[in-house]
Amino acid sequence: MKYMLLMQFSQENADFPGLDQWKPEEIQAHVRFMQRTNADLAAAGELVDAQGLAMPETARIVRSHGGGAPVVTEGPFPESKEWVAGWWIVDCDTERRAIEIAAAVSAAPGPGGRPLDMPIEVRQIMAAPPAEL
Amino acid sequence: MTSPAPSVEDLLRKLAPQVVGVLTRRYGDFAAAEDAVQEALLDAVTQWPAEGAPRNPRGWLIQVAGRRMTEQVRSEQARRRREELVAGSVPEDRRCVPGADAGDEGSRDDTLTLLFLCCHPVLSPASAIALTLRSVGGLTTGEIARAFLVPEATMGQRISRAKQRIKASGAPFRMPGAAQWPARLDAVLHVLYLIFNEGYAGSAGPELRRVELSREAIRLTRAVHALLPHDGEVAGLLALMLLTEARGPARTGPDGELVPLAQQDRGRWDAAAIAEGIALITAALPRGPVGPYQVQAAIAAVHDEAASAAETDWPQILALYGVLARISENPLITLNRAVATAMVHGPAAGLALLADPPPMLAGHYRLYAVRAHLHELAGDHEAAIADYRTAARRTASLPERHHLSLRAARLAATADAGAEAGTGAGADTGAERKGPCASSRPE
Repeated sequence: MKYMLLMQFSQENADFPGLDQWKPEEIQAHVRFMQRTNADLAAAGELVDAQGLAMPETARIVRSHGGGAPVVTEGPFPESKEWVAGWWIVDCDTERRAIEIAAAVSAAPGPGGRPLDMPIEVRQIMAAPPAEL
Repeated sequence: MTSPAPSVEDLLRKLAPQVVGVLTRRYGDFAAAEDAVQEALLDAVTQWPAEGAPRNPRGWLIQVAGRRMTEQVRSEQARRRREELVAGSVPEDRRCVPGADAGDEGSRDDTLTLLFLCCHPVLSPASAIALTLRSVGGLTTGEIARAFLVPEATMGQRISRAKQRIKASGAPFRMPGAAQWPARLDAVLHVLYLIFNEGYAGSAGPELRRVELSREAIRLTRAVHALLPHDGEVAGLLALMLLTEARGPARTGPDGELVPLAQQDRGRWDAAAIAEGIALITAALPRGPVGPYQVQAAIAAVHDEAASAAETDWPQILALYGVLARISENPLITLNRAVATAMVHGPAAGLALLADPPPMLAGHYRLYAVRAHLHELAGDHEAAIADYRTAARRTASLPERHHLSLRAARLAATADAGAEAGTGAGADTGAERKGPCASSRPE
């Protein structure tokens, strides 16, 4: 079964400063952790895809507009308090395993080496209908 | 995933464009020939390592691919009876191995002709790159897809649409005439340069299963240089690739982080590649006319020749950027020139050049990154930190984001070192925006 692990960042609920405010060794530890996590997932045959998104500064929101020209809103969005920072897609046997991976990712180290405890949304990816017997 | 012995792979990649060329000329259908050769290559990859390569590999490929074309034509025939396209293109000699008459002269030209076709201006760069890697480079669709991290079906579609576009444009399978030659060769070199850059930029950190695009670009450019040994820009591009690639091993640190030129361990540079690049550019420059690739290669050579960052001949680099700015319109040159200016005349002079940046650079992360660097050189750490952070938030490259964040963090840490309380993550003030490190991508 495939699951998407969404890292949804919420400005209000994060009790830590942004990465660019960390100490050099804290940044390095965080990056090493993420690289090792991805390498482990790949080695276990569970990693389908993992992507980080550019920051919302460069984002656009596009909406069609009654059949006329679409409305394009440019970032940054001062009103937006939440954004998707990135995701993993994993292919694993059980939901329990997906939750385990999400928990590991959530514990990525932050300032002072403490776990960030970022909320990770675990969503099952819809699949083809079952074979008819 | 098994891969054949390198020698078989190398041989196939060398022969691929020649076989596409022969069949395209014979049947007059580039798209079909290209598909048939791709299938013949896959047959060869599975059969040759097990059964041994045939005595005449080129003849084998022509025969097998030719048979595929015939089969394809036949099934079309069955499907929609006797269309005029079909009848004429069934070859009489389809079961015969082509004689030795298809000599080397023809095949050498074919590779070049094919390259001109695959880099045709009617194609978008992404399409031209994919088609070139497959038709001229002899890579499989799967390999190209993995190199660009897109699904194989998507890459297959991109390639087949590119071929349809070429067909629709009516571009013939022949060398461009003298009048078109310079522009068409420019297009070819640009595509090769983009392939190289894709590989080089993506080479920071351990990318899983990434075909080495930069090496492939060098191989193709080497082939073009062998065919056009007297063209200065071809030599310049090959030299530029070699001189840049030579620094590759030193460009990534133990944790996959980017290491900027000034901090690289020069002992890890590839001395042989540097020597070859310098020899190429030294021979090409006096011949003239001088083009942008030659000037960029000359700049790379000056960097590569310096025993340490401190010994870099910046006045010469600055002069070369002056030449480059006159013959090329790339706004990124403005940025590099500002850095060279700062190294020769001081950071204030460099920053002055960027006070009024060209519109294309406005908001571009590189502008902030360069400005941050120059502020840092000038000792204005506060401005440097702010610009590094803006650059980090605007880049679309994760290794680059880490690198820029790290530079900001290091400056902030030195700023704090005076007070040295050891608390917090430095410069906690002015945290106008929080953000995690979406470090989810395997770099």
